[in-house]
Amino acid sequence: MPNAIFVLPDGQRESVEVANGTHLMRAAVNHGIHAIVGDCGGSAACATCHVYVQEPWLQRLPAPSATEDQLLEATASPRQPNSRLSCQIQMSDALDGIIIDVAPTQW
Amino acid sequence: MVSDRHLLIIGNGCGGTELAFAARASGWAGPITLIGDEPHEPYHRPPLSKAYLVGAAELSSLGLRGTAAYATAQITLLARHRAVAIHRSSKQVELADGRRLPYDHLVLALGGRPRPLPFMARQAENPPRNLHYLRTHDDARAIRDNLHLGRRLVVIGGGYIGLEVAAAAVKSGMQVAVLEAGQQLLGRVAAAPVAAFYGYLHRSAGVDIRTSVQVQGFEFTPDGAIHAVVCADGTRLPADVVVAGIGLLPNSELASEAGLSVDDGIIVDERLATSDPGIMAIGDCARGFSTLYQRSVRIESVPNALEQARKAAALLCDKPPRPDTAPWFWSDQYSVSLKAVGLSQGYDRLVIRGEPQERDFSAFYLKGKRILAVDTVNRAQEFQLCKAAVLQRLEADPEALADETLPLKSIFAMASHTHAVSPPENGS
Repeated sequence: MPNAIFVLPDGQRESVEVANGTHLMRAAVNHGIHAIVGDCGGSAACATCHVYVQEPWLQRLPAPSATEDQLLEATASPRQPNSRLSCQIQMSDALDGIIIDVAPTQW
Repeated sequence: MVSDRHLLIIGNGCGGTELAFAARASGWAGPITLIGDEPHEPYHRPPLSKAYLVGAAELSSLGLRGTAAYATAQITLLARHRAVAIHRSSKQVELADGRRLPYDHLVLALGGRPRPLPFMARQAENPPRNLHYLRTHDDARAIRDNLHLGRRLVVIGGGYIGLEVAAAAVKSGMQVAVLEAGQQLLGRVAAAPVAAFYGYLHRSAGVDIRTSVQVQGFEFTPDGAIHAVVCADGTRLPADVVVAGIGLLPNSELASEAGLSVDDGIIVDERLATSDPGIMAIGDCARGFSTLYQRSVRIESVPNALEQARKAAALLCDKPPRPDTAPWFWSDQYSVSLKAVGLSQGYDRLVIRGEPQERDFSAFYLKGKRILAVDTVNRAQEFQLCKAAVLQRLEADPEALADETLPLKSIFAMASHTHAVSPPENGS
């Protein structure tokens, strides 16, 4: 199973096995990573699962949808060029080892 | 000294569950018990009328927390348990199985239940097998199991849940009709142009939308299933499945039987305390005073439940709660993402910014110049700006709001300037 590495706001690293097709927000919540909130349950409605995706994985992701792009304009932590909503990132073998920094505040 | 206080929460929907975790995260050291009457771990409800109905989500992907999180946070989760009485003098909650759980602090996160169809009230406990309401996972499962290509669905009620079910059923290839008793869809929450937009959207997708239709009753097959919906004007609509979504009744009986103040919801003060200071209420079941709107409100939304849960947790742990935010919610239908902020009741002017035909617009509900509420359609970015504008009671120029050549940000910057130099309205 591919792995995702969540770098928490305090610098701690959590390595999580994520099944193909599972979204990273869901994997984080299931794994008890509370720094990812996911208030809306993954509907791209709330922007509380904000993460910063490191290269080279960022460029392997499909571009954000218009909705995700707009939501990213209004995250609690500032948007950066590598900002994404983790509820919109679906795990795949191409993303094995992905390193994502969890935004310090979500709401 | 405080470490062994027992926090008991009745209701494990999103508000009750958030409260349990937020209290623990805020330093609550005593036992925390979370009681819910459903046979599942706490889960997200909004996808039940959206992704879940079309098979794009499963119960296993809807959990509010991972299974292990409850043990890790030392939260005792009692699923399948129904609270039947609150004994305030002895500070105990009685469960259906006769057990009594003592508490030091009690929080009621009881939610609500679907309003039954009036003409079916007598059979509310034993409805026909193809009549569904949508509140729980099991309700959604039953509906999903019946969404099949070519079958006929009649939705009674043109509110957001009814419309979301209609959109999901259309995707499943069903013939869908929506019957609304009022003159327009979304009658309690949206202005006519927004309702008209949704009517257009659903009709374009093939939904038979009928407003001002009073449903009078059903015709049944010999074995007791509905086979047609009968309207007051004599119209008969053949149906294989019927979903009713005509509102929510707050679950306040437990509170009223315990002598707490109840009036279409459990009455709470600004600190979320009921008329018993040791008992709080949050979420769909709680009615409190809105300082933003200067009136009593009861709000049925996930953001409201989460916000109140986080506020209650802070107060229980003697921490300062974050300032209140403006109420908001969302609805997804087809590829249209609605995000709405504020309460529009009492508006006297509506300004449309953008193009409804392009599925890309915002609707501003104004009272005078004050922005009471905004519905944004596929405009998440404007939505975030509007959240702040509604909270700050901004007064904006209606002509400017309608002018797409002016960025909303600069309109609001002007508006706050105007607001700051003029004396506050009504002295509030």
